[in-house]
Amino acid sequence: MTPILVIARNTFRETLRDRILYNLLFFALLMIGSAVLLGSLTIGEQARIIRDIGLAGINGFGVLIAIFVGIGLVSKEIDKRTIYSILAKPIPRYHFILGKYGGLALTLFVNTAIMAGGFFVTLWVGRVGLDPALVTAIGLIFVELLVITAVAVMFSTFTTPTLSAGFTLATYVIGHLTDDLRTLGAKLHNEVTKGLLDGLYYVLPNLDYFNVKGQVAHGIAVEPSYVFSAVAYGALYSAAVLALACAIFQRREFK
Amino acid sequence: MGSPTVLRTQGLSKQFRVGFWGRPVVALDRLDLEIQQGEIFGFLGPNGAGKTTTLKILMGLIYPTAGKAWILGRELGDVAVKHQIGFLPEAPYFYDYLTGEEFLRFYGQLFGIGGHKLVDRITELLQMVGLSEARRLQLRKFSKGMLQRIGLAQALINDPQLVILDEPMSGLDPIGRREVRDIMLRLKDQGKTIFFSTHILPDVEMICDRVAILVKGRLRSVGAMHELVGAAAVTSVEVVVDGLSERAVHEVERLGGTVIRRGAQAMVTLPDERAVPAFLDVIARHAGRLVSLVPHKRSLEDLFLKEVGPT
Repeated sequence: MTPILVIARNTFRETLRDRILYNLLFFALLMIGSAVLLGSLTIGEQARIIRDIGLAGINGFGVLIAIFVGIGLVSKEIDKRTIYSILAKPIPRYHFILGKYGGLALTLFVNTAIMAGGFFVTLWVGRVGLDPALVTAIGLIFVELLVITAVAVMFSTFTTPTLSAGFTLATYVIGHLTDDLRTLGAKLHNEVTKGLLDGLYYVLPNLDYFNVKGQVAHGIAVEPSYVFSAVAYGALYSAAVLALACAIFQRREFK
Repeated sequence: MGSPTVLRTQGLSKQFRVGFWGRPVVALDRLDLEIQQGEIFGFLGPNGAGKTTTLKILMGLIYPTAGKAWILGRELGDVAVKHQIGFLPEAPYFYDYLTGEEFLRFYGQLFGIGGHKLVDRITELLQMVGLSEARRLQLRKFSKGMLQRIGLAQALINDPQLVILDEPMSGLDPIGRREVRDIMLRLKDQGKTIFFSTHILPDVEMICDRVAILVKGRLRSVGAMHELVGAAAVTSVEVVVDGLSERAVHEVERLGGTVIRRGAQAMVTLPDERAVPAFLDVIARHAGRLVSLVPHKRSLEDLFLKEVGPT
């Protein structure tokens, strides 16, 4: 087994033994399940309400898991000095980052699958048909989680867990507003501010790219080409952020 | 010496920048050190002397500002050389959610060890550090001494040629310290080289072949124990006597001894061992009772205090 896989597997085990994960998962399933009750309060819109709440639940709690479990992974190791004995082993530093990321990605995959399972059960209870587009929407939510996790890992290579959480959360929020940044920039006459907003537009992840929830909740299919380009964008963006994380981590000193 | 050099540093220096303005602080100043194969080398110094900084540079956790170092003939930064090194950090913190066995398996797998070989090695190491019964116990339930011992086990998982230990005895009770000492001696018997930092001097005196004393980042002395401490000359003799009369005290003082009374007992310090026969004669004549007699030799502690003192 390569060191990256060894670290990934151990990270996965670490997250499985973390109580935060189960708390978040419990509330996620509670919210997804409650969609049946809320749906029954509406007339004619029950299917849309269940789909809306279910997808929003998977997305929201997935992000919380990515941030709150993700940020701790690297900075906690530095904080608790567990990293000393690991980096003393014959592994390049970037293996550590990639292993940590891989482990967390696996955790997110399992969690998303469990939440999706809860969502499908809710659909079945609410007698709403399973539209394949829902699976596409969940898939894109997972890609978004992978991007956010990469950002969380990157921040945690050089800041404290609290600051990493703040930065990652901010990136998540702004990441959903990047189109607005550009629109705002276009309306401004000040070249410097315009340049700055344009720069932010290109640097920050465009997370709205992965958001097809509204469309799918209304029963509108998603084009395969769109899915492909969103997945490619997510993979490239995550790879770039991870490369940056590895570069920062390589230079870091563990005093 | 004759033995091959396992570790060598040349002008190794480290400067940290501290505070808001990045004020430079020298943590290590041009360290030249050579450690031969098969020796137990003690790295001594008070807190903040730069011992941990040196070890961290050697393990690649921080980068030197200047100077070079070679481990087993390879220059610092070569990750592959770590296959031959075992490292125990100071006051180690490990994944407390793992059991003793899972913990060692994780570290073994990082070295690419697996299968039966790893299972056998884990069993052997748990036995060696006396933690066989803690195999399935999570590390969060370990005592401090147990953590230190499992830390030692992880440092040995790859059967390393060079073992680097940062304060392996700190925080341990006397029994724990003796156990760690015994393990180190056993490793030496197996032909391993051990480089360890400490400020617990009696341990060093007992097991080290050579020591180096580091003060404020600079190497003060380095050498074999007998060279540094000198010939085992007795510098004074401390005697405790019961029922020493006033007249006897006067006679003892004439011999050059100093007397401190504590109830019925008196603690007498004689300037050297030549005064002992005459002193024993005085006690016999005055019906005193000898409680203890301890000759004091120049110790590593004296040397250490002398080196550390005038800073």
